[in-house]
Amino acid sequence: MKKLFDQERVVGAALMVFSITALVILLLIMLFILDGGLPLFNKVSVSDFLLGDKWVPAKGLFGASQFIVAALLVTFGAILLSVPLGISCAVFLAEIAPGWAKRIVRPAIELLAGIPSIIYGVFALIIIVSLVRVTFNVATGETILAASIVLAIMILPIIISISQDSIESVPRLYKEGSYALGATDWQTIHRVLVPAAGPGIVAGIILAMGRAIGETMAVVLVIGNVEKMPAGLLDPGETLTSAILLEMGEAVVKSTHYNALFCLGLVPFILVLFMSVLSSRLTTKNKARFA
Amino acid sequence: MKAVSVFLVLGLVLFSGCAGKDSADLVIAGSTTVQPIVTRAAEVYSKEHPDTSIGVEGGGSGTGIRMVGEGSVAVGASSRELSSEEKRAHPDLTVNTIAIDCIAIVVNPSNNLSNSSLSLAEVRDIFSGKITNYKELGGPDRRIVLVEREDGSGTRSMFESMVMNNTDVSDAALQKPASGAIRFTVSGNENAIGYLGIGYLDGSIKPIAVNGVLPSEESVRAKSYPLSRDLYLITKGKPSGLAGEFIDYLLSDAGQDIVKEEGFIRLE
Repeated sequence: MKKLFDQERVVGAALMVFSITALVILLLIMLFILDGGLPLFNKVSVSDFLLGDKWVPAKGLFGASQFIVAALLVTFGAILLSVPLGISCAVFLAEIAPGWAKRIVRPAIELLAGIPSIIYGVFALIIIVSLVRVTFNVATGETILAASIVLAIMILPIIISISQDSIESVPRLYKEGSYALGATDWQTIHRVLVPAAGPGIVAGIILAMGRAIGETMAVVLVIGNVEKMPAGLLDPGETLTSAILLEMGEAVVKSTHYNALFCLGLVPFILVLFMSVLSSRLTTKNKARFA
Repeated sequence: MKAVSVFLVLGLVLFSGCAGKDSADLVIAGSTTVQPIVTRAAEVYSKEHPDTSIGVEGGGSGTGIRMVGEGSVAVGASSRELSSEEKRAHPDLTVNTIAIDCIAIVVNPSNNLSNSSLSLAEVRDIFSGKITNYKELGGPDRRIVLVEREDGSGTRSMFESMVMNNTDVSDAALQKPASGAIRFTVSGNENAIGYLGIGYLDGSIKPIAVNGVLPSEESVRAKSYPLSRDLYLITKGKPSGLAGEFIDYLLSDAGQDIVKEEGFIRLE
């Protein structure tokens, strides 16, 4: 028995080392981004960076508010489009779909999550951009709306899987109690099941927001990349990540421009970090409620 | 911090979607304008010399110059001359001219502007945002959608120095990370006007005559078309070894045939 005990300890220790590696990598990345970005603020004030809207590296202007606004607009647009669709789909899969439909739809949705983002981008460039241009009769379809639509499709799998899991983890008792009171299927779904799964669903939405704000490749292809404050969803824009992708190849290492691009990366990094913490808190809370 | 730049370069190579083979004996990185010539030449050269492998990567002229300056690749491809900062940072770089490129101003084939000619000043007014509607040029009442390359692109810096003349391109212009992306956008949008290397001209877009001259081999050679430039392969010091042989090959008749096949203009 003693030998087995040792084996357990060795495996345990090895696993711990591996999981700490992930943490160390995260910390290192954070250090690199901070190290690359913070020198900017010796030259440009934090408020000029966050609130300025002129980005002309050659003239030393590093106002990033138009990138931040574009990134937030794209993200909220995507959430607005995907949340109703995602939750409906999750409810259908968890409560209504017959077994065979579930067996086909769920893997199909999970497959959607595995498609590389460049493929989504090319699809959107060919289909969605033209669709937006013709539908809204605008000069170019490369708009924030086009980016929101493609992001909405990309984050659907996250919202659907997490929402479905949350709805399915609501204890049977809740459902049976509701039926026992004479509630119909629909009343049970929208008055009992969805509210009970609420924190889990919200956690999924937050996770999806993090994914949307960081997505680069699909967005850069369809958003037009115009360094001007967008006036609405039908304007082109440029997100934080697309600015980095477009300019990092040219920025001279260690120049102010280079530092500024790292700072552009710092913004979504902090937002996503914050969102992930919030999301995992909500998930834990959800689990505790039904434990 | 060296590590950071290595990661960045790696990332950029991945983004450009054409990472070279690990085992390549010679890696050429940089300008996406020069890329089709070098890629084709590398294919032919490797066929003639089966024991050598040549990797070709994109990244843009600036990236190519930086990588050859830092020694991470043997040859950098550039569609512009070295800037004064680049000369200062890497004084030992040699610039080898391998072909002539010319920039075409392009519109969608359904745009009737393709039948007329613009002056350089008109092109400048269009791209600076002074002219915003095709009706100001005698066309239909449609908004002009400008399409330009990203900051740091060799094609863009050529366009800015040859056309814009210290005027800024309008901040309403859509920015594209590659010439192919410009062609794609212009071919799909009848309101769009953009610029790209003559090598990217095909049936999906139409060039506009500048000062009455359409871009072509003859007009560039005769110096009557105003927007042309040389393309370079950059090496550390005089080209030697495999890099030297490859550049010699590009300058040979066979190499210059490839230059022509890819839609660029042979050196005389």
